[in-house]
Amino acid sequence: MSNNSASNSSLALAQKAVKQLRLEASVRRIKVSQASAELKNFCLQNANKDPLLMGVPSSDNPFRPPKSCVLL
Amino acid sequence: MRSPLSPEMATQEVPLNETLAHLKTESETLKLKLEEERAKLHDVELHQVAEKVEGLGQFVMKTRRTLKGHGNKVLCMDWCKDKRRIVSSSQDGKVIVWDAFTTNKEHAVTMPCTWVMACAYAPSGCAVACGGLDNKCSVYPLSLDKNENLAAKKKSVAMHTNYLSACSFTNSDMQILTSSGDGTCALWDVESGQLLQSFHGHAADVLCLDLAPSETGNTFVSGGCDKKANVWDMRSGQCIQSFETHESDINSVRYYPSGDAFASGSDDATCRLYDLRADREVAIYSKESIIFGVSSVDFSLSGRLLFGGYNDYTINVWDVLKGTRVSILFGHENRVSTLRVSPDGTAFCTGSWDHTLRVWILMC
Repeated sequence: MSNNSASNSSLALAQKAVKQLRLEASVRRIKVSQASAELKNFCLQNANKDPLLMGVPSSDNPFRPPKSCVLL
Repeated sequence: MRSPLSPEMATQEVPLNETLAHLKTESETLKLKLEEERAKLHDVELHQVAEKVEGLGQFVMKTRRTLKGHGNKVLCMDWCKDKRRIVSSSQDGKVIVWDAFTTNKEHAVTMPCTWVMACAYAPSGCAVACGGLDNKCSVYPLSLDKNENLAAKKKSVAMHTNYLSACSFTNSDMQILTSSGDGTCALWDVESGQLLQSFHGHAADVLCLDLAPSETGNTFVSGGCDKKANVWDMRSGQCIQSFETHESDINSVRYYPSGDAFASGSDDATCRLYDLRADREVAIYSKESIIFGVSSVDFSLSGRLLFGGYNDYTINVWDVLKGTRVSILFGHENRVSTLRVSPDGTAFCTGSWDHTLRVWILMC
């Protein structure tokens, strides 16, 4: 009996694996050129609003207080 | 001619062996087909498409705050939506909530276990979740009364059968997503502790997860010791896409801001970018001189920069489009274990085995 249940579970696992692969194979895909172009466009369109890319004035950056003191 | 397989026949040995062999062959055929289909659409490299994009100049990023107070390795951190508070967790069992502007500690909790590998801030800012070697994820409501013992209101939400590696609230305080050394991810209702959905498919410990930006719908990505990054449908529990190109454990995964791609960081010393619509890896961020594993990755707001925290104590900053490194940052005195960009993108925070957290900004 235990032989059968072990065999049944490897069968179930194999069926599951095939089902999963069928699902993944059926995914609709686009060309890398198109996908890359869209990634590039997103970067460029949002570049100006990216503080770690462009920087923001000191007054707008909470971690960088405006220069107000002079070290003598 | 064989009759169709019926449940009774499945228990007989001869048809079973033939069926298993048949399934294995189909499995191999499907894997090959998958690779073929992906390869057909691989007409160009991302950096080629980005050739005409202006290169990034010199980048000077510096530490503007150092958060000291943990007594041992910092393992995880998360930002509050208010862009100033941070929660961090440590090997010594302590979870601390900081005001990163002032560096003051606002709350501290001692967990009943060591190695608190995961922590997360609730979207409302009113609670934090954490867990680790206790195999659980617990939620602590944050009290305005600094004298109140937070541990008293603790709520145990998730229960795994091995360590908790990562946790994240979904878009509300009501649900938490967890990943575990037991090889699964799970979605939980915070109030009742009920398991809403479980995600099976990784063949080994799951080390990290990230939720898709809310506009993109109900999916999340996870990475594991099986070298796979899996994308999941949160409602059905189904794995909808799977990527296996890393050569070692995947320690960190993070969605690109548009939700169309995600980056990963691995013990194989590389970061990689996977595009979800092309269904393949589209960039590798690596250098021969970088030989230590990546523990954590995150994007800047526009997705142009990818920050990686490494086990060689450094942070490497990559130009996502061109595939080149734009900066290397020094400062930590031990492994960088966790890294997150702030919600408004003005800064990023790193946590390290040197017991400290650092907040970095661009100097210009």
